[in-house]
Amino acid sequence: MPLVDVNELHKQFGENEVLRGVNLTVEEGDVVAVIGRSGSGKSTFLRILNGLETFDAGHVRIDGERISGLESDLRPLRRKVGMVFQQFNLFPHLTAGENVMLAPRVVKKESPVEVKALAEEMLGRVGLGDKFGAFPDQLSGGQQQRVAIARALAMRPRMLLCDEITSALDPELVGEVLEVVRQLAAEGMTLIMVTHEMRFAREVGNKLVFMHKGKVHEAGDPKSLFANPRTPELASFIQSVG
Amino acid sequence: MISFTLWDMTRHLLVGAGWTIVLSVIAFVFGGAMGLAVLCVRISANPRLQRFGMAYIEFFQDTPLLMQFFLIFFGLALFGVDISPLFAAMLGLTLFTSAYLAEIWRGCVESLPKGQWEASACLAMSRWEQLRHVILPQALRIAVPPTVGFSVQVVKGTAVASIIGFVEITKTGTMIANATFRPLTVYALVALGYFLMCYPLSVAARRVERRLHAAGRR
Repeated sequence: MPLVDVNELHKQFGENEVLRGVNLTVEEGDVVAVIGRSGSGKSTFLRILNGLETFDAGHVRIDGERISGLESDLRPLRRKVGMVFQQFNLFPHLTAGENVMLAPRVVKKESPVEVKALAEEMLGRVGLGDKFGAFPDQLSGGQQQRVAIARALAMRPRMLLCDEITSALDPELVGEVLEVVRQLAAEGMTLIMVTHEMRFAREVGNKLVFMHKGKVHEAGDPKSLFANPRTPELASFIQSVG
Repeated sequence: MISFTLWDMTRHLLVGAGWTIVLSVIAFVFGGAMGLAVLCVRISANPRLQRFGMAYIEFFQDTPLLMQFFLIFFGLALFGVDISPLFAAMLGLTLFTSAYLAEIWRGCVESLPKGQWEASACLAMSRWEQLRHVILPQALRIAVPPTVGFSVQVVKGTAVASIIGFVEITKTGTMIANATFRPLTVYALVALGYFLMCYPLSVAARRVERRLHAAGRR
C-alpha cells in the first residue's frame, strides 16, 4: 500500500483553478522532488497533504486513511505528516530546545526527561546540539531552518513535507540545510519536497514530479527526466532554471 | 455654609481618590480575567461563538458607559436584585473593561504571522494547545503597552460611578462643591487627582513599549 495516494485532485481558489486533476502515489522511503513554475499548484498540492488546505474534488489517502475537509479532526493525520516551511516559523518566544520539545510534551504527553533527551538527540541530528538554549533570533536562517526540521522530526512522523525550505535563505546557508535533508533521505525518511534546487532534486530524489498548470505533467526518475525530458514544457522549464 | 480650608478639601478628596483606585484595580483585574475569556470566545473556531464575542464587544464599545451603569443598577433592581452602588460600579466597569481588553488583545493575536498557527497546527496541536503555548504567550507580550495604556481609560471611567451614587473622587468633589460653593477650586483639585493617578500609567505604557522595541525578544 502506498504511503500517499492522490487521485484526481481538484482545487479552486475562487475562479482560479489551481489543481486540475493531480494523480500521484508515494511509497514509504520515497524522496519526491516537486518542481514547476510558480503558480503551477505545487505548494497548494503539498499543503493539501496535511490538511492546511482543503480541496474540492478527488481523493487523498495518507497511510491508507482518507483525508477530507477542514471540518474533521486533522490531528491524527498531522502526527504522521511533518512539515517544514519556507519561513521556518519557529516559535520566537521559545528556545531552540523548547521549540523541539513543545509538541512531544503537550501533544504526545511524553515525560520531561524523555522529551529533553529527544530534543537533544534531534538537535544533534541537524548539527545543532550546542544551540539548545538559543532563541531563534540568535540563530542564522540556516540554523533556524535546521531547528524547524528537528522540531518536525521530534514528532517521529512517517513522512516530511518540505515547502521550498531553502528559498528564504541566503545562498551561503542553503548547503547546510540541504545536507540535513540529504542525510534524512539516506536514513530512509519519506520526503516530499517542493524545491527550486534542481541539482538537489536530481541527486537526492528518487522521483521527480513536474507540475504544470495544475497537473502532474511528467513524473519519473529524476536523472533520466533531467537528461531527456519527454515534453517541451519540462524541457523549457529545465532550460529556464538551469 | 460650612467653612472648608483647602486642606479639608484635599483630605476628603484623597479618601475619594482611594476609592477610585480600589474601583479601578478591581475593574482592571476582573475585567482582565474576563477579557481573556471573551478573547477566547471571540477567536474561537466556531463561527457562532465568534459572532457572540463580537456582539458582546460591540455592545460595550458602542453604548455609553453611563447607560451600561444605569442598565445594571436599575435593571437588576427591576428583577428584585438590590445591589450596592459599589457592586454596580464594579460590575459595570468589569464588563466594560473586559470588552475593550478583549478587542485590544484580539488585534494582538491577529498581528501574529499566520505561520505561527500553521506551524503549531502541523505539530498536531489542538486549537487550545496552539493558543495556550504558541499564540497567547506572543500576543500578550505585544499587548502589554496598549493594555497599560487602556488602564488610563479605566481610571477615568470610574468617574461615571459617581452618578449612581458611589462616593469616589468625583462624587466627593461634587459634594464638597455643593457645600462650599467653590466648584472651580474643587474640580481643579479633582482633575489634578486624576492626572496624578493616570500620568504614571501613561509613562509606564510608553516605557514598556520602548523596552519591548529594544529587546524585541521573548
